[in-house]
Amino acid sequence: MSTALTLIEVSPSGEIRGSAKMLLAAATRLGTPVAVLSTTPGDHSEHVKQLGDLGAHHVFIAESTQTDSLLATPAVESLAAAFSHFETSAAVLVTNSVEGREIAGRLAVRIGGGLTIDAIDITLVNDRVVARNSVFGGAFDVESSIHGGPAVITLRQGSIDEEVTAHTPDLITITLSLTSVAAATITSRTEAPTDSGRPDLRGAATVVSGGRGVGSKEDFLLVEQLADALGAAVGASRAAVDAGYITHSLQVGQTGTIVSPQLYIALGISGAIQHLAGMQTAKVIVAVNKDPDAPIFDFTDFGIVGDIFTVIPQTIEALHRFRH
Amino acid sequence: MKIIVLVKQVPDTWGERSLDSATGALDRSAPDNIIDEISDRSLEVALRHKDETGAEVIVLTMGPASAAVALRHCLAMGADSAVHVLDDALAGADVTWTSSVLAAAITHEGFDMVIAGNESTDGRGGVIPAMVAEHLSVPHLTSLSEVHIAVDVVNGSRETDYGTLTVTARLPAIVSVTEQSPDARFPSFKGLLKAKKKPLATLSLSDLSINPETSFGSTGRSTITTVTRRPARTAGIKIVDSGNAGVELAEFLAAGRFV
Ligand SMILES: Cc1cc2nc3c(=O)[nH]c(=O)nc-3n(C[C@H](O)[C@H](O)[C@H](O)COP(=O)(O)OP(=O)(O)OC[C@H]3O[C@@H](n4cnc5c(N)ncnc54)[C@H](O)[C@@H]3O)c2cc1C
Ligand SMILES: Nc1ncnc2c1ncn2[C@@H]1O[C@H](COP(=O)(O)O)[C@@H](O)[C@H]1O
Repeated sequence: MSTALTLIEVSPSGEIRGSAKMLLAAATRLGTPVAVLSTTPGDHSEHVKQLGDLGAHHVFIAESTQTDSLLATPAVESLAAAFSHFETSAAVLVTNSVEGREIAGRLAVRIGGGLTIDAIDITLVNDRVVARNSVFGGAFDVESSIHGGPAVITLRQGSIDEEVTAHTPDLITITLSLTSVAAATITSRTEAPTDSGRPDLRGAATVVSGGRGVGSKEDFLLVEQLADALGAAVGASRAAVDAGYITHSLQVGQTGTIVSPQLYIALGISGAIQHLAGMQTAKVIVAVNKDPDAPIFDFTDFGIVGDIFTVIPQTIEALHRFRH
Repeated sequence: MKIIVLVKQVPDTWGERSLDSATGALDRSAPDNIIDEISDRSLEVALRHKDETGAEVIVLTMGPASAAVALRHCLAMGADSAVHVLDDALAGADVTWTSSVLAAAITHEGFDMVIAGNESTDGRGGVIPAMVAEHLSVPHLTSLSEVHIAVDVVNGSRETDYGTLTVTARLPAIVSVTEQSPDARFPSFKGLLKAKKKPLATLSLSDLSINPETSFGSTGRSTITTVTRRPARTAGIKIVDSGNAGVELAEFLAAGRFV
């Protein structure tokens, strides 16, 4: 059986990121799963065990002291090295993040591969990798297959969640030489604060978003309070981001994050087509807007024509009452 | 300094965008085609550098004949010249083809720096800049919310899913900018008049010495096999707040087991 390579993301503090589980589960569907780790030299026995528990049959570690200081290229080199080591790789799977896409893109050029971006599902049909994508904000489902070369695929975070059998993986460790690569240098990094205690927007089961109707940075607290009452992630429209109520990384929509939660609550959001493109595949959509003609109401399962500053405090209070 | 800006024409996001269910190709006839907002911003970054230093700014697109309109708009904004890669053989080109063709055209023009958008609103691939960089063997410095260009180096701040990085690279390099970068200027009346006289070159694949069969024959390619339109959402319950809607919402959430 041919192998399927996965690029394991590691945080700057050395922890394997959550996406590893999805990638290895997806790889298991396509071939013998290989975990590729691009990292600085050190003791990786803990990582190897963890990746084995997630189903990796082989762990390929490519080490370089420069891995943390160069942008994307160390991962490209690591995958390219693993690709030539395992000769028969049918597919390379990478997380669909800003960096993951670029790594996948550069790698595809390097190995003459075909590229599929942001797949939400993959299967093997007659030895060919078939990927499913959701395009134009979920208006269309598209299936595509890659032929004529190896398949390089980025997978949307949280798209595949299944259990696989644990293994005791084989370990291959190589040293990468990165002295002559064309790469940008990272001069400093600030990790996004993760201490909000809220779930990550991308994979959250519930998202509460605020728009221009929230009116100010201070009043955005109302959106956060409802989110916390529901254990939800916080999101925003571009108008709210542009007005400085909240950081860009929480923007939902066409040019922000695409979410597909069980429940999406839009507060003071009109429902512009570019916002809908980021959330219209949510299972249940709720909106509160004081304009009865707001386009968002064409998409809601439960719509309230009203002022968020009277409706939402009441909801939060009632939710607390239900709890006790 | 010679800056090439990669611009793209896309279906207006304000219209309903559609895919041809037989071929999976973008239905370019449906809504209006406009220059991608992110392309405008990319050009703005280049023009600001031109305003300061007199850099030469060339806009480049690969696209159907109608894409020339986007290039004229860029010339009116202030770009010095434009290049349009236009060839029937490129209909339905995927990212693999697009990136090699753009890289060939960039090499053909010569460059110190390339500026692109972080992702286009139609494809949302966000891969072309990095792929072009790989073809050209130069660093990519992408998803920048802020860009600083100096004589032989570019740096900026990069937004990723996990935080912000400050990054730097020697030129030549490829940069891509996010929608956090400044709004673009509007073409002036004078700019519109001047644009008519500025050079707009059209290049075919043979001008770039590309023969699709031999140049792309041995690379993988993604082809669409099926396209399904999702059923449209329908509106559900809609109530007008008469004093109790907040509680009704809480009850709706409790009934749906969201609490
Ligand atoms: C290329 C491009 C990409 C874009 N990408 C995105 C994107 O990724 N995400 C995105 O969101 N937008 C995006 N946009 C912008 C989009 O077109 C809209 O401008 C934006 O979504 C509007 O945000 P909003 O609904 O918060 O603001 P508005 O449209 O101004 O709506 C505010 C709403 O709040 C309501 N309201 C006001 N006060 C109250 C109150 N007290 N109680 C209840 N309701 C109240 C009003 O009735 C109104 O409906 C993009 C646009 C373009 C051109
Ligand atoms: N056909 C094209 N012609 C010129 N530039 C393009 C083309 N396709 C993509 N680009 C550039 O690459 C950026 C990102 O596009 P994408 O990778 O398609 O999301 C765009 O903002 C453009 O700068």
